[in-house]
Amino acid sequence: MHEKDGMMKTHEQFADDLALYALGELAGTDRQELEEHLHTCAACRRELQALRGDLGLLGLSSSGPQPPARAKERLLRAIAAEPPRVAVPAPVAAPRQSLWWAWIPVFAAVAFFFLALGMWRDNRHLNDVLAELNTQNHDLTVQLGRVAAQIRMLQAPDAVHVSLNPAKSPRQPSGTAIFSPSQKRMLFMASNLPQVPEGKAYELWIIPMQGAPMPAGMFKPDEHGNAMMMDHPMPEGVIAKAFAITVENAAGSDKPTSPIMMMGEVTAGG
Amino acid sequence: MEPVEKSSRARGEAAEEMRLVARIRSGEQQAMSELYDRYGKVVYAVALRVLQDAAAAEDVLQDVFLQLWRNPDAFDASRGSLAAWLAVITRHRSIDRVRKRRPETDIEECVITSGPDLRDETERALVVEKVRGALAEMNPDQRLALEMAFFEGLTHSEIAEKTGQPLGTIKTRIRSGLQQLRARFA
Repeated sequence: MHEKDGMMKTHEQFADDLALYALGELAGTDRQELEEHLHTCAACRRELQALRGDLGLLGLSSSGPQPPARAKERLLRAIAAEPPRVAVPAPVAAPRQSLWWAWIPVFAAVAFFFLALGMWRDNRHLNDVLAELNTQNHDLTVQLGRVAAQIRMLQAPDAVHVSLNPAKSPRQPSGTAIFSPSQKRMLFMASNLPQVPEGKAYELWIIPMQGAPMPAGMFKPDEHGNAMMMDHPMPEGVIAKAFAITVENAAGSDKPTSPIMMMGEVTAGG
Repeated sequence: MEPVEKSSRARGEAAEEMRLVARIRSGEQQAMSELYDRYGKVVYAVALRVLQDAAAAEDVLQDVFLQLWRNPDAFDASRGSLAAWLAVITRHRSIDRVRKRRPETDIEECVITSGPDLRDETERALVVEKVRGALAEMNPDQRLALEMAFFEGLTHSEIAEKTGQPLGTIKTRIRSGLQQLRARFA
């Protein structure tokens, strides 16, 4: 009961954020807090999945022309060029189409209709139970996969630790980015960061060997000035020369618009 | 008799869709062709609505189906509707493209639960009409917030700025708008 009471309060706090998260536009500490909550709250995970279903319905309201015929040819060519996959046998039992009773006399059909209705209700309940178990199983699998990926990345021989040092600051903020080119993952930790103004957030940048800085995530420090972004994907094929932080609008920016606050170069061997 | 016939047809469609996904899992290219015939138009319509550019929409269409081919296990056929899942993935990929950012959504983590059955084409058309009806009846400000967030990919801060409404109001409008859609199928 105690846990339930606490969860209800938490649901209210997170209700609006769940919709923003489903839209993929929750950033910084709000996102981090919600993700932590989702790890422990099955009700919010279910609501998130339902909100995605609602978004799917909204998407389906779009109408438009058929895609050009060349699009299908292009897709099939691309698929043919993909490396062959190991075939996974996945036999699927098709629901039987039991239309045979439609041929018996009408009175019997009516009786069977009510019988079928009762069975359908039972079946629907069992399907709900099964769906719930599937939800839990899938969520656990996803969580385990993420943890395993993080551990693999941290233990990878090529995991590089980069220290970011402030140009000038009495509070000595510091940041550490760890990334693995082979795992294509990264994490970032920072401490002693000054708070950002309302509507602003820190943005992490990957500065590649060639080309413009690439956005690598938004975050806001907690009340102690600490921040962490776990298990972020690294863009494929990008060779990072350095990492940097700027202050940007909380919604994020495609390119840095303010002076670099902290920066760390990737040195040979980390 | 009609509901039973409809249910029977829907079960047939459900079975056919599960078979298609299973064939894709086993690497059968023809199955992908059949799946494209079913949902190519849906994916293209969402991408075109977001991107307003035929060439870019075609690229996203390509990307979404290729992702499914490479990772068919990302879609859990026992729960959500593939049509709704593809619409969500397509919207996210399209917004990534509008914002010129790398893909932010891991398709494996995009778990979806959908109410109405969207596997049968006739049923799907009825559902779409119902959704359009719900949107038409919605408070115009609420509908605007919802469409700006979903189809234009604007953040709630950007919507608040554009509409002159408080941030909290926009957040609530987005959530309750989605719940209103869901309520139509409860």
